[in-house]
Amino acid sequence: MELMELTAAELGKKIQAREVTAVEAAEAALKQIKERDKELNCFVTVDEEGALRRAARVQEKIEKGELTGPLAGVPIAVKDNICTEGLRTTCASKILYNFEPPYSAEAALRLEAAGMVMIGKTNMDEFAMGSTTETSYFGPTRNPWNTEHVPGGSSGGSCAAVAAGECSCALGSDTGGSIRQPSSFCGVTGLKPTYGTVSRYGLIAYGSSLDQIGPIARDVTDCAMLLEIIASHDKKDSTSIQRESYDFTSALQNNAKGLRIGIPRDYFGEGLDPEVASAVRKAASVLKEQGAVVEEFDLSLVDYAIPAYYVIAAAEASSNLARFDGVKYGYRAEEYEGLHNMYKKSRSEGFGAEVKRRIMLGSFVLSSGYYDAYYLKALRTKALIRQAFDRAFEKYDVILGPAAPTTAPRLGESLSDPLKMYLGDIYTISANLAGLPGICLPCGKDRKGLPVGLQLLGDCFQEKKILQAAYAYECVRGEFTLAGGVCSTRTETEMERSGRE
Amino acid sequence: MSRQYETVIGLEVHVELATKTKIFCSCSTEFGGAPNTHTCPVCTGMPGSLPVLNKKVVEYAMAVGLATNCQITRHCKFDRKNYFYPDNPQNYQISQLYAPICRNGYVEIETESGSKKIGIHEIHMEEDAGKLIHDEWEDCSLVDYNRSGVPLIEIVSEPDMRSAEEVIAYLDKLRLIIQYLGASDCKLQEGSMRADVNLSVREVGAKEFGTRTEMKNLNSFKAIGRAIEGERARQIELLEEGKQVIQETRRWDDNKEASHAMRSKEDAQDYRYFPEPDLVPVDISEEWIEEVRSRQPELRTEKLVRYKEEFDIPEYDAKILTSSKQMADLFEAATALCGKPKKVSNWLMVETMRLLKENGQEPEDLKFSPEHLAKLVELADAGTINSTVAKEVFEHIFYDDIDPEAYVEEKGLKTVNDEGALRETIERVIAANPQSVADYKGGKEKALGFLVGQTMKEMKGKANPGMVNQILKELL
Repeated sequence: MELMELTAAELGKKIQAREVTAVEAAEAALKQIKERDKELNCFVTVDEEGALRRAARVQEKIEKGELTGPLAGVPIAVKDNICTEGLRTTCASKILYNFEPPYSAEAALRLEAAGMVMIGKTNMDEFAMGSTTETSYFGPTRNPWNTEHVPGGSSGGSCAAVAAGECSCALGSDTGGSIRQPSSFCGVTGLKPTYGTVSRYGLIAYGSSLDQIGPIARDVTDCAMLLEIIASHDKKDSTSIQRESYDFTSALQNNAKGLRIGIPRDYFGEGLDPEVASAVRKAASVLKEQGAVVEEFDLSLVDYAIPAYYVIAAAEASSNLARFDGVKYGYRAEEYEGLHNMYKKSRSEGFGAEVKRRIMLGSFVLSSGYYDAYYLKALRTKALIRQAFDRAFEKYDVILGPAAPTTAPRLGESLSDPLKMYLGDIYTISANLAGLPGICLPCGKDRKGLPVGLQLLGDCFQEKKILQAAYAYECVRGEFTLAGGVCSTRTETEMERSGRE
Repeated sequence: MSRQYETVIGLEVHVELATKTKIFCSCSTEFGGAPNTHTCPVCTGMPGSLPVLNKKVVEYAMAVGLATNCQITRHCKFDRKNYFYPDNPQNYQISQLYAPICRNGYVEIETESGSKKIGIHEIHMEEDAGKLIHDEWEDCSLVDYNRSGVPLIEIVSEPDMRSAEEVIAYLDKLRLIIQYLGASDCKLQEGSMRADVNLSVREVGAKEFGTRTEMKNLNSFKAIGRAIEGERARQIELLEEGKQVIQETRRWDDNKEASHAMRSKEDAQDYRYFPEPDLVPVDISEEWIEEVRSRQPELRTEKLVRYKEEFDIPEYDAKILTSSKQMADLFEAATALCGKPKKVSNWLMVETMRLLKENGQEPEDLKFSPEHLAKLVELADAGTINSTVAKEVFEHIFYDDIDPEAYVEEKGLKTVNDEGALRETIERVIAANPQSVADYKGGKEKALGFLVGQTMKEMKGKANPGMVNQILKELL
């Protein structure tokens, strides 16, 4: 367990110093997975053999001096919607239960080039649709801080795996908060980059205009280092953007002086858990003490983000998921009569309820006669939200707020009321609609011992600003430990619940 | 039929573009590879793959747009057309609905009553689908994605045509323009050009259009002509019987010379078009348009004028020479080599067209080289071979593209100009044909021709006909 208590940067340093080998690091991660994953279910596929083989090869290259990157040899987990050549990639769906991609995603290739050792594919909400990692065909992932609770979603497997020390860091994807919200629930640090920063080539699309791959790690430094590895201009992705600089780690200076931080009053209204509110405000005052200029303002349009998001994301998803039809790969119904029946049965049996709900929603809003009223209106709303952020970033470098209205809910609590679950995305969704970068890092725990996340949003291409603020806060906060020692019992949580009531 | 009807026709023409690679990936567009060999994650709709636009497709579409007097959309976008079918690996087609690359153009066609403008509503870019192969033996269907992602443009006309002749003139005009641009070979039979016919009828003088049908599966100009006549008659018959024409898509069966309904408007799919989020809009600058414009090759109309002015070729001949790019290219290249435009034109107009007709071929099928045609012209012109031999040699050029010089040498086909040898043969012919000699002397000019023929036969066709004539007259 010792090795897995290190951050990725610390472990990488030890590997470069020849104090630890890549194989030992991979073995440590695999051992931790064996110990804890039966209970947590962070992984859909653990590639033990492949990981050890890759680690040995990486070690050879390190010894030859061919791999000198700071994270070479560090074990990493990859969300199961990111294609990995020859290694099953399921999107946690029955419809792709046996799909082995013939190619690797650009982000996965970049990890490999940096010498990082992929150990497996992490659980998620089916096709990244959900906020709890309960909609997975492979069963829910549990929160390592309290296994009665969800880890958040949709990158719940990645976040829980990092929190439980099953890997040093991980890749997630964020369409409406899918990196930041589970990071908040699991007490890890996750970053959603500016749209176009990390290639989407090989990321199985949910909402193409919103999806971004991003790093999930133990702390801000690891996040910045991992982002430097995966960010690139990729000609295979037309929406990939050539950025002026791909340096992010130079922002890691303990200095918040002069940073202008705005707190949207709209984020602290009804529905926000008072414990979350107070932890986030406390973090803001830390930054103020560090010399940042912190003030409140009205962002506006916050209430329109959720409907706009669910229209756009569902519309794109209804089309993106059309290719899963039983013809070319993945699940096909065993018995059927004719083509249409094959389509119908394969898709009915292959997709889960939440995915079907969003496909139907998306098909509806794109139907002739409804397109203008829903889809076009949502696009206009998206543009207005972007303008509201443009105005805010004229005044502020960073927008500070919570990542989620509550800490992690209990398993089974959310799915019965999807609308309520959708409302939980209120603080994260706008960043995707506006293409902004956002980071979430732990800023305390509630009375139940569940982590609370602090979200910092920046203007497009201003990852360094949010990294700087996050790093400055983290320096004061200190280390946020792994969720290792926490053991939950039913009675304890029930007591806490009744205590709160 | 008491009432007079007018036919109103608009066309949707799909043209496969002649790019080397597909529209959204770098796979080859080559026709005829083993199934699923020209494929990659993008054109087989693998999860996570993303399209990247082939710039050449935009340039070809712009070139066709400019040549058909269209406005070029400066900020053009792609949209997704959603429908399920196994030949369509993503179950959506990337196409253009809201901002197609070209709009508001026209072409001029020649009709019996003079020239007429046919409006072009729009031209948009899109991807082709794969091909389904039904294995009846195994009772299953297989999909070949080699064609999936081959670039297409769809040219949508206004409903400006009134007869099958106008439709064919319009299609021919488009075909020539696109061939001259090098944007496609436009072969209807092979499917690199496909036309769907939208047709309605109305009483002459009526202001409103009638209900239209769309006819698919038209694989030749002849089929298009027959389908138009057939559909016109069908719709008029319905109206005469007091019935209504149903808006529907019909499929033409050229063997049965009849069509049947495929789907009605009620079953028409809702394609749920929306902007393609995986592609960024294409911004077309003034400079880019000018660059494409400056590279536009000479089109047929310009060639017609030039052939007359530069080569003194009559209009009728020039029309035939320019009726295909292949022919015009051959003409110009051979002329440049031998400097004898009229002679080259003559070979193409007469012998080439005859052989094409005999073999049921199109000018696009010509495969001989202009060098060999030019050499033949020179050999004949210099009197090295006579015209009979020249025709024989040309056939070999037409079929096998042989080098005429080498061929004439090898087969010993050079014209005999040796006076001694000719005189000897002619004397023999005169001696053997006293009756003809007597006829000639008796004033029958025809008899001379017979004697010339006999001499040529004796000389195996290689004699110089001028000299034969001269010596014969002298000896008689």
